[in-house]
Amino acid sequence: MAKITLDNLAHSYVPQPQGEDDYALKELNHDWNDGEAYALLGASGCGKSTLLNIISGLLHPSHGRILFDGQDVTQAPTAERNIAQVFQFPVVYDTMTVRDNLAFPLRNRGRDESYVAERVQEIARMIGMEAELDRKARGLTADAKQKISLGRGMVRKDVNALLFDEPLTVIDPHMKWELRTQLKQLHHDFGHTMIYVTHDQTEALTFADKVVVMYDGRVVQIGTPQELFERPAHTFVGYFIGSPGMNLFDAEVDGRTGRIGGAEVDLGAVHETGRGRLQIGVRPEFVALRAGGAGVPARVRRVEDVGRHKIVRLDVGGTPASAILPEHETVPAGVDRVVFDPAGINVYENDWRVEPARRGREAA
Amino acid sequence: MKTVNQKAWFLVLPVLLLVAFSAVIPLMTVVNYSVQDTFGNNVFFWAGLDWFRDMLASDRMWNALVRQLAFSAIILAIEVPLGVFVALNMPKRGVWASFCLVLMSLPLLIPWNVVGTIWQIFGRVDIGLLGYTLDAIGIDYNYTQGFIAAWTTVIVMDVWHWTSLVALLAYAGLQSIPDAYYQAAKIDQASRWKVFRYIELPKMAGVLMIAILLRFMDSFMIYTEPFVVTGGGPGNATTFLSIDLVKMALGQFDLGPAAAFSLMYFLVILLVSWVFYTVMTNLDKRDGVQ
Repeated sequence: MAKITLDNLAHSYVPQPQGEDDYALKELNHDWNDGEAYALLGASGCGKSTLLNIISGLLHPSHGRILFDGQDVTQAPTAERNIAQVFQFPVVYDTMTVRDNLAFPLRNRGRDESYVAERVQEIARMIGMEAELDRKARGLTADAKQKISLGRGMVRKDVNALLFDEPLTVIDPHMKWELRTQLKQLHHDFGHTMIYVTHDQTEALTFADKVVVMYDGRVVQIGTPQELFERPAHTFVGYFIGSPGMNLFDAEVDGRTGRIGGAEVDLGAVHETGRGRLQIGVRPEFVALRAGGAGVPARVRRVEDVGRHKIVRLDVGGTPASAILPEHETVPAGVDRVVFDPAGINVYENDWRVEPARRGREAA
Repeated sequence: MKTVNQKAWFLVLPVLLLVAFSAVIPLMTVVNYSVQDTFGNNVFFWAGLDWFRDMLASDRMWNALVRQLAFSAIILAIEVPLGVFVALNMPKRGVWASFCLVLMSLPLLIPWNVVGTIWQIFGRVDIGLLGYTLDAIGIDYNYTQGFIAAWTTVIVMDVWHWTSLVALLAYAGLQSIPDAYYQAAKIDQASRWKVFRYIELPKMAGVLMIAILLRFMDSFMIYTEPFVVTGGGPGNATTFLSIDLVKMALGQFDLGPAAAFSLMYFLVILLVSWVFYTVMTNLDKRDGVQ
């Protein structure tokens, strides 16, 4: 177990990177605290796997250093880093039995057989494959194979970190929950540093203490699930997290008043903005529907009932937006306005959040 | 209720005709010769299974068969490991990968008799680079006279001609292994040998079976190259089954024995193919989802 430090880390797959665009991973400074569970969240191709492979040593970064507990391991091979990694698609050794598969990482490190047998039994119980231990791994279903891969990742107790690269993609939904719960349990019991790459926000939010959101080779926000929901630091976070994602409106901002189209909006706090592109972001949870009166003109396009609540799709001056309505409520007749709860408003300049100067009542 | 329509059999007719003219009828003429004898003038009379009995009792066919099996065994023992070794050391991607692929395919594109001629000249002591060099450094090499020299030349020639095929097939098998396997092996701290034994070899098993089958069949029927280089000599040292068969059928014009010989030859090949087929389908079954 170790604290992992990324120091000015950047990576490019191009031999002679020219501009920023050539970097798959833009310059990054970050500490992964010992024993915490992180989720690395982002759309496909944003650099998540690159980052993971750099940590495990499968890839050497083109810039910067990586430290385990303060010790530079940038050039150290994978074997020396003592890291476990589980990949997106199952990797099993076909000709071995399930038992030998699970024992493989331990035997390669020369652990004695009694310890190996005990660990294998323990892990087999955890992944629910005790009955299949003596079967050949070939011919098992993709599910079972991925469970073996997970098992092989977890079989070593002394690893510095456990890395998961979208490991549950091929597992069917009910098993997903179960395995995720077991991973959390494992984290709770042994306190490994875990990094879990995913593009599924539910997976990220349920698994991790801290979620690291990546966008276009850059870490845009690191925070608890609640922080990501309430104060997205970047419009991508707002859009990517939440279902549906945050509404974004082009706007003008003047102190604590915003203007969308012609309508004024109370921002709840003074925002000092520059000359960049300004946007107001409001999560659908903070949008209320009104008929007449104050508010931003809007038109209801359709209502989707998703079971737990209703999603109202709106058209606000040509921009698509949505609002969430509790399940038991109906859309009032003649809706032509929306109002925003000031507590749920964030202001963005060139996609980055503007920190309000003063907030709430103090400003009044 | 399913309706049964026997008219569908008509659709098979073209294939039946094609197979009849291309395989069955020529084969039947061979069968015809194998059970008859003649004293010329195109007059044949029934000989029963005498030719088969004669051939089975003659040392000549057995000796050719032993030489043939030895030849096939030796070239397989060299070409398969060597081909795998070459495939493992070929670049995986990039310009050099294409370059190697083209280079490897070159021997496969050369016609058999040209290969024979190349080596026939290459090995000559008077004008051939190989023969002359060996002779100059004091090695007694003459494939027209020495038993060892003749066999070595024929085997090296086959290795030169066909190792590429094994290498290309093995290479295709290796290319189908996703990177994640190698990465997982690194994470699991597997040694280079274990990577080969547990990842690369199992993934290559299928194509290697095909490579072995192809190389066995081809070497078992080899004719042109040794015929051009050694003509089956010195003595009968490199007279393999096909060479012997042609000598018997066309050289001596012993059609009856030659026909019996070729039918038995055919049966051996059929038997070996059947064994391979059974082994491979069993492998597939084991691989499939149970």
